[in-house]
Amino acid sequence: MAVMSDAAVPRPRLQAWLKPHRIGLIVLALAIVLAAVFLMRWDWLPKYLPLALQGLWRTIWLLVLSVAFGLALAIPLGFAQAAGPVWLAVPARAFCTVIRGTPLLLQLWLLYYGLGSLFPQFPWIRESFLWPYLRQAWPYGLLSLTLSYAGYEGEVMRGAFAGVARGQLEAARAYGMPRFTAFRRIWLPQALHRALPTLAGETVLQLKATPLVATITMVDIYAVASRVRQDLFVTYEPLLLLALVYMIITGILIYLFRMLEARIPQRLG
Amino acid sequence: MDALLTLAASGIGDLLAFDPPGWGSRLLTGLIASVEIAVGAFGLGLLIGVGGAYGKLYGGPVARDLLEVYTTVVRAVPELVLILLLYFAGTDLVNRLLAVLGYQAVDINGLIAGIGVLGVVQGAYSTEVLRGAILAVPQGQIEAARAYGMSPGTMLRRITLPAMLPFAIPGLANLWLIATKDTALLAVVGFDELTQTTRTAAGATKAYFTFFFAAGILYLALTLASTLVLSRIERWARRGVPSLAGST
Amino acid sequence: MRKFFAIAAAAVALALGGAGTASAEQVKVGFSPEAYPPFYVQDASGQWTGWEVDITKAICAEAKLDCVLTPIPWDGLIPSLNTKKIDAIMNSMSITAEREKEIDFSDKYYNTPTAVIGPKGETFDATPESLKGKIIGVQVSTVHAAYAKKHFTDAAEIKEYQTQDEANQDLVAGRIDATQADSIALDAFLKSDAGKECCDLKGYVAPDLEVLGPGVGAGVRKGDTELKDKINAAIKAIRDNGKYAEITKKYFDFDIYGDDVQSN
Repeated sequence: MAVMSDAAVPRPRLQAWLKPHRIGLIVLALAIVLAAVFLMRWDWLPKYLPLALQGLWRTIWLLVLSVAFGLALAIPLGFAQAAGPVWLAVPARAFCTVIRGTPLLLQLWLLYYGLGSLFPQFPWIRESFLWPYLRQAWPYGLLSLTLSYAGYEGEVMRGAFAGVARGQLEAARAYGMPRFTAFRRIWLPQALHRALPTLAGETVLQLKATPLVATITMVDIYAVASRVRQDLFVTYEPLLLLALVYMIITGILIYLFRMLEARIPQRLG
Repeated sequence: MDALLTLAASGIGDLLAFDPPGWGSRLLTGLIASVEIAVGAFGLGLLIGVGGAYGKLYGGPVARDLLEVYTTVVRAVPELVLILLLYFAGTDLVNRLLAVLGYQAVDINGLIAGIGVLGVVQGAYSTEVLRGAILAVPQGQIEAARAYGMSPGTMLRRITLPAMLPFAIPGLANLWLIATKDTALLAVVGFDELTQTTRTAAGATKAYFTFFFAAGILYLALTLASTLVLSRIERWARRGVPSLAGST
Repeated sequence: MRKFFAIAAAAVALALGGAGTASAEQVKVGFSPEAYPPFYVQDASGQWTGWEVDITKAICAEAKLDCVLTPIPWDGLIPSLNTKKIDAIMNSMSITAEREKEIDFSDKYYNTPTAVIGPKGETFDATPESLKGKIIGVQVSTVHAAYAKKHFTDAAEIKEYQTQDEANQDLVAGRIDATQADSIALDAFLKSDAGKECCDLKGYVAPDLEVLGPGVGAGVRKGDTELKDKINAAIKAIRDNGKYAEITKKYFDFDIYGDDVQSN
């Protein structure tokens, strides 16, 4: 990620960064990009641009919502494992193990096609108020990505909760803090602070997992690129552009997380 | 509900029976294929990683920058996109290169392509893991080796690699687990590994839930067995290392 | 440490060991590894069977080609042909003007109408007016997807699936209201256990030669006239010598070749 971070630094460091060989490499890279622009086929781009923007939007909200919901789930999952009673800790641990131990693609297909194949046996499902959602693909995509993020981040949160110094909790209790207040004011903020450095990495991994939803008919940015390939038999161009789009999103994510980390003061002893 | 229960009682055993018309043996073949790809990709990734880590630490400025671009790109672009790009473009490029060099085109089968593609992805992560591990080796040990006049090759083999191993194993263990799960992505390019086999079986029998569930259990068993072995290896690699080096 | 290298070396050797050079007379015939009854079906022992498998074998035997069936996902068939991963496609691929920009086709070896099916108890037919507000599932990158997008897009929502089997599956699950595909493939589904209970034929779509094309042919690389001529001669030969009829009789009670007009 150092290349991206270097791009964002002010001028004095930019000059240090811009060594002679780097100028050569940049010229080479520009030449490759120009060759790609002029020698490859891009005439499909205007026609598919509206669809691509829709796909991009879908990818982004899928990422944001699944990370938000996943994190909200990860906190109780981590807490149950670190400090919960056995009857909560064991299922939480099992959940994380299963999610982390099986491929996301399989989880997604199990949810979408596996559950779907059971629907005909329960005709009342089609009468229920949930049916309009169960018919569509995005709830399965969102659920599956959310559970996956919760599984991985739940494991991180377990370590984060366990790492908060016992003495602080004992001190809180000695001050007569109610248990929930101690959790809210002492335990949770410190655990979140400890988990923060992993969030950027996990979120990039989550972004890289989003294209899997294309296999259950969701039209995200990846699916749009596939459609160009399938409609016009142009293979490389849409995939290369797609790779670039994901790199830009990753760059933005990393930048945002760095801003977030910089805003939170380092005051852990 | 009754229908489902009877179906569950009679159907699942038959569907997963080892001999045809049960699909049990096919699922196991798929599992073996997945393990083969994972082993190959992990091994290839490790080789790339050793080279990459050395290049990043001791290589020239151009090599360092190119490696940085490689690890950055691979870690930012979804595996699915890389797999499609490398699967279609990679074999094409290899054959064009061979044609330019005057060799006959090779038939790159799915297994090789799968190992190659996942290996390149794994290589980027291995590079970072191994780079971190090499940096964790106390500088004095390397200086001592140099003072004794060890050649760089001997130093790598006798000093750096053994000394960095305890630091590298946890990261590499994690990469192995990722490799086993990433093999599922090859289903998208039609390679007959466990997920693709499961999909075929589910399509043929319409028992989607049963088969995806069964495959999930196989993957989970693979992960759990791996974790067991890996924790042993970790303990072995850490023998003789003072306990403060470990973070667990 | 030596062990570590030995393992890594073994892994690479294992990886490279499988790479053999392609022999000259071998013809790799690409097909997508998915259930597409009665044309392509895989049994639990891993063998592919079906009408098109038999016809492919008959054509190869007639043309004295050493054919190897090579599984490639459906949307990767044409790119794989052009990157020489495979040499021919025999996978119920319709001959269309759009595809002929990329690859060449042999003469057709079957042609059947395109149908729309939906849940029992609902009445609609295969016209845009009748499909208004419905969700139609199609397989990506097929003539049926192209047709649905051209004729039904304004009236209905089109959902694209990686395989026709998954579209059928979602029809059973009730996630889509109809699916459009080849009439024979759909007929096989309607006769299956899952299809029998849920769905029936709603109608055949209006013809559109430009999109649907004159029938199904074998795809070959552009300019590979040698292979194309061999396949054409073989198709004609098995039509004439009764082999085609013999295979067809095993699967259908009518001739699926369609009209006897030469396509190309």
